[in-house]
Amino acid sequence: MSVLVFVDHQNGKASKASLEAVGYAKKVADQLGTDLAAISYAGINADGGIGAYGANRLHVASNVSVPDSGQLAKAVEAAASAEGADVVIFSHDDLGKAVAPRVAVRLKAGLVTGVTSMPGDGLEVTKNVFSGKAKAMVSYKTDKKVISILPNAFGMMPNETTTEVKEFSPEVGSAGITVKEVNTTASDGEIPLPEADLVVSAGRGMKGPEHWGIIEDLAKELGAATACSRPVSDIGWRPHHEHVGQTGVAIRPTLYIAVGISGAIQHLAGVNGSKVIVVVNKDPEAPFFKAADYGIVGDAFEVVPKLTAALKSFKANH
Amino acid sequence: MKILVCISKAPDTTSKIAFKDNNTAFDENGVQFIVNPYDEWYALVRAIELKEAQGGSVTTITVGGADNDPIIRKALAIGADDAIRVDMDAKDAFQVANEIALQAKEGGYDLVLCGKETINNNGGVIGGMLAELMDAPYVPLATKLEVNGSTAEITRDIPGGEEVLNAELPLVISAAKGMAEQRIPNMRGIMAARSKALNVVAPSGTEANTEVKSYALPPAKGDCTFIDAENPEELIKKLHEEAKVI
Ligand SMILES: Cc1cc2nc3c(=O)[nH]c(=O)nc-3n(C[C@H](O)[C@H](O)[C@H](O)COP(=O)(O)OP(=O)(O)OC[C@H]3O[C@@H](n4cnc5c(N)ncnc54)[C@H](O)[C@@H]3O)c2cc1C
Repeated sequence: MSVLVFVDHQNGKASKASLEAVGYAKKVADQLGTDLAAISYAGINADGGIGAYGANRLHVASNVSVPDSGQLAKAVEAAASAEGADVVIFSHDDLGKAVAPRVAVRLKAGLVTGVTSMPGDGLEVTKNVFSGKAKAMVSYKTDKKVISILPNAFGMMPNETTTEVKEFSPEVGSAGITVKEVNTTASDGEIPLPEADLVVSAGRGMKGPEHWGIIEDLAKELGAATACSRPVSDIGWRPHHEHVGQTGVAIRPTLYIAVGISGAIQHLAGVNGSKVIVVVNKDPEAPFFKAADYGIVGDAFEVVPKLTAALKSFKANH
Repeated sequence: MKILVCISKAPDTTSKIAFKDNNTAFDENGVQFIVNPYDEWYALVRAIELKEAQGGSVTTITVGGADNDPIIRKALAIGADDAIRVDMDAKDAFQVANEIALQAKEGGYDLVLCGKETINNNGGVIGGMLAELMDAPYVPLATKLEVNGSTAEITRDIPGGEEVLNAELPLVISAAKGMAEQRIPNMRGIMAARSKALNVVAPSGTEANTEVKSYALPPAKGDCTFIDAENPEELIKKLHEEAKVI
């Protein structure tokens, strides 16, 4: 009756979101007085790094080679049954969103996604609702439970152990999807926005795409990802995947720096889970200051380069 | 091609969020409802575009009471052909998915589209549950969708780029930004919507698997500390020493 956690991988290693889920699952296993098993699919190299987060066993479905939600759900079900697991944990990332609902149906388990708390005594959990404007406490009515945690809500929880790796070939049928092509546009070292701890974001106050250099410089100096408001991606100044907010990506970095963004309620909905918010805006009445921890009232074109310079000298001295 | 689009009602994005009955229910008092943006802007409009290009039909489906009819009429005004409403007050996503799956199987749809999540429940699970119940492939968070005969080509964002997938119909897709551009219904569409069929069907009686016990609003944010624009060093210092984020 172990706890089971689903692990995705990139380049042979468990993804950051999956490692966070393994750390979370380990805590749940401790809470239930049991051990932790993991399930992944072909392409993961050895334990993929999950031993450092407390997984006792890893089942690798060696006959599943594309991230097909139908096949993966069957593999997870097979591993859950081999382990007698009644609690299955996912990260609510792109693959988790595809697989967890299918697993819940197969196991006849309740499913709560976007979970932001450790489970309570009755395994009830808290999740964000109304796009981060409220929280809901949800309880399960089923014996089996699937918990899908909000990425970046818990952080990394290392817990060194040795993972026994077992390959298996569950009955999964044929894949429903084939991968035609994969195009990576990101230059080396670019940080994917949903995983970023530090984010520099800019809005219509930047006046045009040609002025983004100072934003990118600051982001680079910080080691941060870049983001933008919706109108900025709608007009095509920045790519769509940078659009954060209620109708874009929801992020919860430790630091969110917003430059030339007014702070509309729909924008805040996607960033109000950030630990610390810094706002740079020339309008002292900008609504964003009400949601900010630190604010600078000033012209972005003057403030941002100064901030980058100040950061440079700070780094030189630390 | 027969397309089914899942349409949900959501509070307008500027709504004040408040709860009633001892924080166990959303207080709808004074709240304006809209079609969930992902359902409307992306899933529905792409379905209509595919129908316009290739023929077929677009049916919307909503699980909920008669208070959903205004948003269903809006979807019809934008260009759906007809609508199904399963008349039940669902308590969780599984109930919703199960009711939709029953209708989807009965109607023999080639393509089922939904938005990537609702902006009130933020679950993002209907599409995946539906696909499992229908034994169909599922691709969530699609940013582009093309259909050629019985094969679909789906593009989705991945960290640092995008991937292009192929899948056979019948297929379930959840739509994200990029798939289509919002359409504003015109007068003709609004008039036509009045006479389109909105078929109300009885629920099958599935039980919910989860239950919301209570809601809470986040604690109010403390005051913003203002820093002189001429002194950004002060901000760096505070982020390092006080906030400890750099
Ligand atoms: C249904 C719906 C969903 C939406 N979803 C989203 C969403 O997901 N994400 C989102 O971001 N928006 C969303 N919006 C749009 C949102 O309402 C706002 O319109 C949008 O966030 C405004 O973007 P902005 O702050 O970049 O631009 P503006 O509101 O135009 O603000 C620009 C800001 O820049 C400041 N500024 C100008 N020049 C300078 C300068 N030189 N230096 C410093 N500051 C300067 C101004 O004072 C102003 O505060 C949504 C809207 C609707 C109706």
